[in-house]
Amino acid sequence: MDLTAPNAAPSAHRASAANTILPLRVEGLAYDANGQRLIDGITFTLDAGPRTVILGPNGAGKSLLLRLCHGLIAPSGGTVTWQGATGNADAATHQAMVFQRPVLLRRSVIANVVYGLKLKGTLRAERAEIAADVLARTGLARFKDTPARLLSGGEQQKLALARTWALRPQVLFLDEPTSNLDPAATHAVESICQHMHDEGTRLIMTTHDLGQAKRLADDVLFIHKGRLLEHSPANAFFETPASGEAAAFLRGDLRW
Amino acid sequence: MTDISAAFATAIQLLITLDANLIEIVGLSLQVSISAVALATVIGLPMGAALALFKFPGRGTLTVMLNALMGLPPVVVGLVVYLLLSRSGPLGVLGLLFTPTAMIIAQAILVTPIIAALTRQVVADLWVEYAEQMRSLGAGPLRAVPALLYDARFTLVTAVLAGFGRASAEVGAVMIVGGNIDHVTRVMTTAIALEVSKGDLALALGLGIVLIGLSLAINAATFTAKQRAEAAWT
Repeated sequence: MDLTAPNAAPSAHRASAANTILPLRVEGLAYDANGQRLIDGITFTLDAGPRTVILGPNGAGKSLLLRLCHGLIAPSGGTVTWQGATGNADAATHQAMVFQRPVLLRRSVIANVVYGLKLKGTLRAERAEIAADVLARTGLARFKDTPARLLSGGEQQKLALARTWALRPQVLFLDEPTSNLDPAATHAVESICQHMHDEGTRLIMTTHDLGQAKRLADDVLFIHKGRLLEHSPANAFFETPASGEAAAFLRGDLRW
Repeated sequence: MTDISAAFATAIQLLITLDANLIEIVGLSLQVSISAVALATVIGLPMGAALALFKFPGRGTLTVMLNALMGLPPVVVGLVVYLLLSRSGPLGVLGLLFTPTAMIIAQAILVTPIIAALTRQVVADLWVEYAEQMRSLGAGPLRAVPALLYDARFTLVTAVLAGFGRASAEVGAVMIVGGNIDHVTRVMTTAIALEVSKGDLALALGLGIVLIGLSLAINAATFTAKQRAEAAWT
């Protein structure tokens, strides 16, 4: 994998300087299912730049929060606003999401990437070149013509990332992208994320892996029982969590 | 017993001598049923996909009706098509009654619900898995239809085969709209019915054995091709 570019490239600023759909403003967000309030009054703003990790125990509502922000499900209350976007279509085309279990189409590895580009409206003539480029960057070039569903779990997730990387999204949501992967594949996925960050993509990721959160987070949203308990810089969160629940979660003995 | 052994002897004899009449009948049977299934596939795949993906009032009712139509009685379909195509019927001017085209239309009507209903089920199941990813990539249900049908291709082959089985086995519809005219609209099933009524049970059963063998061969070939492709693409 050719992932050796220096992290110091100040490309995060590029994204904030160029037209961007950020900041993301979430206000009073609520989501109910079967009469239960699963997301309750969440408010925050995310600006261009840092990597955000959404932390919380299983069932806290992390995945739901991502889906609500990405627009996959409609909130029961409150709003999600992309303040820099010119409209809903503009906001939608500049976001992407990588899921816990990658959903790959039953076609070749490169055809999966090309399909994403096609949906985005990339010119036909450019698709193959862009796809080949991201496959090379993610170490999948040798699997180019392999049926995507025959890849290993780690390679499937790398392909899901490659497919989104090809789209050069301004914002990338990642829903526990490494929870089913071994350490080597986890490392590979994290490197790809880092490179997308270096190229100016705004990462918003959920995890319950504290090690991963410490490696990747610039700031942390801590969710517990559908409520946002903390939104703070990563260092501050890990050293001196403000809430008792977060402290308990970090100690590994959160009762709920 | 003698009838059955005589039937096998007749069947083998028909096959060995490549009986010209048999070849003609088998050829027309295949032509009619394959055309009908092709037509039903072109209509049934998008219809099933639309029913699976789009929410509209009456979708549930339509789904129940479609599932029920899988059991349409061929004679009834034949009768309706007969009335439509008969000289005094609304489509009488086309002069299609007692032609292979009329038989294709009748069988297509029988087969379309089967292909559409099975497609609906397959695509609906696939959409559960794909919906969020596709919408994240910017494809709503409409744009996702080709990709879903393509990804369901191996299961859909089975749906199309089920349709072909239905078409090649039915006798009621083709009998009514085709008329079982020798050298014009006689197919395997109508020929069998005729031989039964004439009392030549051995010939009837012989034809039946050829029909079953043909169906077996087509299914075996498709199954093998599908197994190979599926192993490579999962």
